[in-house]
Amino acid sequence: MGHESLSSVIVFGILAAVMVYCSIKAVTTTKILRAVTHLLFVLFATAGLYFYLNYSFLGAVQLTVYAGGIVVLYVFSIFLTSTDEDKHKPIKSYRRWLGFLAASAGTLLCVYLFYTVSWSHTHQNVGEEVPMKDIGLALMSGEKFGYLLPFEALSILLLACIIGAVMIARKRQ
Amino acid sequence: MNAVPMTYFLVLSTILFFAGIYGFITRRNLLAMLISLELILNSTDINFAVFNRFLYPEHMEGMFFSLFSIAISAAETAVAVAIIIHVFRHLKHIEAQKLNQLTDLKK
Repeated sequence: MGHESLSSVIVFGILAAVMVYCSIKAVTTTKILRAVTHLLFVLFATAGLYFYLNYSFLGAVQLTVYAGGIVVLYVFSIFLTSTDEDKHKPIKSYRRWLGFLAASAGTLLCVYLFYTVSWSHTHQNVGEEVPMKDIGLALMSGEKFGYLLPFEALSILLLACIIGAVMIARKRQ
Repeated sequence: MNAVPMTYFLVLSTILFFAGIYGFITRRNLLAMLISLELILNSTDINFAVFNRFLYPEHMEGMFFSLFSIAISAAETAVAVAIIIHVFRHLKHIEAQKLNQLTDLKK
């Protein structure tokens, strides 16, 4: 028991360190392509966190949709919109300090709240893996705890987004 | 198996969230602001999964909410990138503070 819990703490520590470092680098680095690379590592570590929590399906979706799809979209749009004058003059320093103050104050407030609130009943163990069959049945059932309606609404939303994106981004004569 | 309490996960996602807030306030490039937005959305997804796992492990509502949230943020990114490319084609820059001339796009 002690050995296993130690290794799980180590895994969580590595994931947390990667996430914190890369998220801060992603918002402070001046080169935008580096920001995307750091965002990619944050997304990878998030997928690792889902695997750690025994949500393998969610982790796989995170890897394919976020890390695979969205990051590629970002990289291409950076190539399409980069200019020579992207020298990134630093923003006015008082605004940067205001942002830093707001972010750190919010972090401190939230951490304080997390440590003072009393959760009703926290389960100590990470539970079992959710069976793939249950996920598929819940996604396709229209009964209670079924997700057929959001699933179909989401597919229509994705179709509308594809059409809208093509309409906006195409060249007009 | 798990020795890490739920609060650690919440603190981690809070740090991610406020890193995104900081980037959203201080960035001037539209794409960089969108990257900060992705950090924010990502941290909320983590929260849904963590609450589901630690408070109600017998259900799977939080997992499905994260799932749908990931899909919706993919759609949102596609539309936002299309708009940014369109703006760049007309104005030759994507600096957020110089975008007060959007109404002249037709000319």
